[in-house]
Amino acid sequence: MNDLSRPAPDLITVRGLNSTYHRQQVLFDISFGIPSQQITVIMGVSGCGKTTLLRHLIGLKPTGPNQVLVDGRDLGAFTEEELRTYRRRIGVLFQSGALFNSMSVVDNIAVPLKVHTRLADETIRIMALIKLKLLGLADVGDYMPSQLSGGMRKRAGLARALAMDPEILFVDEPSSGLDPITAAGLDRLILELRDTLGMTIIVVTHELESAFHIADRMVVMDRGRLLAAGSSEEIRASSDPRVQQFLGRAADPVTVNPAGYLSRLAGRESGRV
Amino acid sequence: MSRLLQSLGAYTLTRLAYLGRMGLFLGYMIRGVLRPPGKYWPVVKQIHFIGTKSFFVIGFTAAFTGMVLGLQGYYTLAKFGSEGLLGSGVALSLIRELGPVLSALMVTGRAGSAMCAEIGIMRIDEQIDALECMAIDPYAYLITPKLLACLICLPLLTAFCDVVGIFGGYVIGVELLGVSPGAYLDGVYQSVVWEDVYMGIVKSLCFAVVMIWICTYKGYYAGLDEGNFGPEEVSRATTNAVVLSSVTILAGDYLVTSILL
Repeated sequence: MNDLSRPAPDLITVRGLNSTYHRQQVLFDISFGIPSQQITVIMGVSGCGKTTLLRHLIGLKPTGPNQVLVDGRDLGAFTEEELRTYRRRIGVLFQSGALFNSMSVVDNIAVPLKVHTRLADETIRIMALIKLKLLGLADVGDYMPSQLSGGMRKRAGLARALAMDPEILFVDEPSSGLDPITAAGLDRLILELRDTLGMTIIVVTHELESAFHIADRMVVMDRGRLLAAGSSEEIRASSDPRVQQFLGRAADPVTVNPAGYLSRLAGRESGRV
Repeated sequence: MSRLLQSLGAYTLTRLAYLGRMGLFLGYMIRGVLRPPGKYWPVVKQIHFIGTKSFFVIGFTAAFTGMVLGLQGYYTLAKFGSEGLLGSGVALSLIRELGPVLSALMVTGRAGSAMCAEIGIMRIDEQIDALECMAIDPYAYLITPKLLACLICLPLLTAFCDVVGIFGGYVIGVELLGVSPGAYLDGVYQSVVWEDVYMGIVKSLCFAVVMIWICTYKGYYAGLDEGNFGPEEVSRATTNAVVLSSVTILAGDYLVTSILL
């Protein structure tokens, strides 16, 4: 499936993306490409803007002109109809799973099938159960989301994202909160989706092991800026010190003057502690 | 000085933007109604939630309101020797004013607050984003069924409220205070004309739109504006929604009355 001799064309291109939240800039001039039918991992420190970037890619946050291109067309200039067409090609797993509390797990998976297809209810239920089995949740189909653990909710959310067999899958922090065994199972599933269905998958994560295990391309971000982009070998060999700090799991050095710290705590000086 | 003007300007612009957003919301809501109907089952479920479950509350309210009207009306009319007009008084007050307004206020407090909270929680849990990303129009999926259900339920609940209230007034006036039953019921029959019933229905339809519009709007945008996020914002939004709906219903009551009279 992966023909390494010929570079895959970029399905989504990000060019000079800037983004603000309530007058505060959170993304500075981000540029990289997402190749088709491969797994791209977006990594970075918490709060670096990974989720904001994801929201731009799925059209939830308005994008400036010519900053995000899908199949060469400007996502920022999509009409409502074009956006809807784009969204029928994608599946999204949100960080919390975002299951609908008022319905059971299997009904949750069935929602896109019920709205977008004319299949019989029985057929839809079977399709939903197939997706649940794929994620190891076949036994909890009739439970309500509030009765599941956090990890199970996430997996159910992924089942719902896969319900319509999307061409592009966006996954926000799939393994966070999962035990190593389940996380490894999820990684294997993501690899299988790429290999058997040719799905283009974009994963936002800060779990290093998962990332290096599944990534075809990696993008490392820090405080709204792109630090490095390339294959996993290129990232590992990066000369950027912050990238190496991220990969080596080294905490930020402590640079606090003890006397100054005590003064600020006691309120004699203004400023952040 | 310029800082004051700046903050005043910023505040005004923000408020105007919110007003515009609310207007657009009304537009999307109505567009959802005018589009060819999707599934009818969600509407049925909402009718059950808004209508059926409000029966007891409305009945209770109507009964006691009717009884109070009977009581107060009797002693006021007795001063002019016009006890026989009690039936007309109670019936007209209920059908033209109290029926629509009280039903709308009770339903707002019950169903409106629940709707606002439900949608608000969906918003902060990213469930509405999930709907959008599945290419499902959140307005058509979440809000239009509620609007249709309310447009069906509220006039019916108002009618129920009127009937129970008139009966409540009957019980007090005839059984307790000695008004002749014939005079009471004949008063109702003679004084209530189609224009009165029409006014009651138009009011309840307007109130239905207002209630759904404000309550779902507040829930839909809970936690999206600067400085507001999380569960605290949902409770704030729900309180605002119920208060704003109630005040708008009362103000709208005056407006509709003055237009129709």
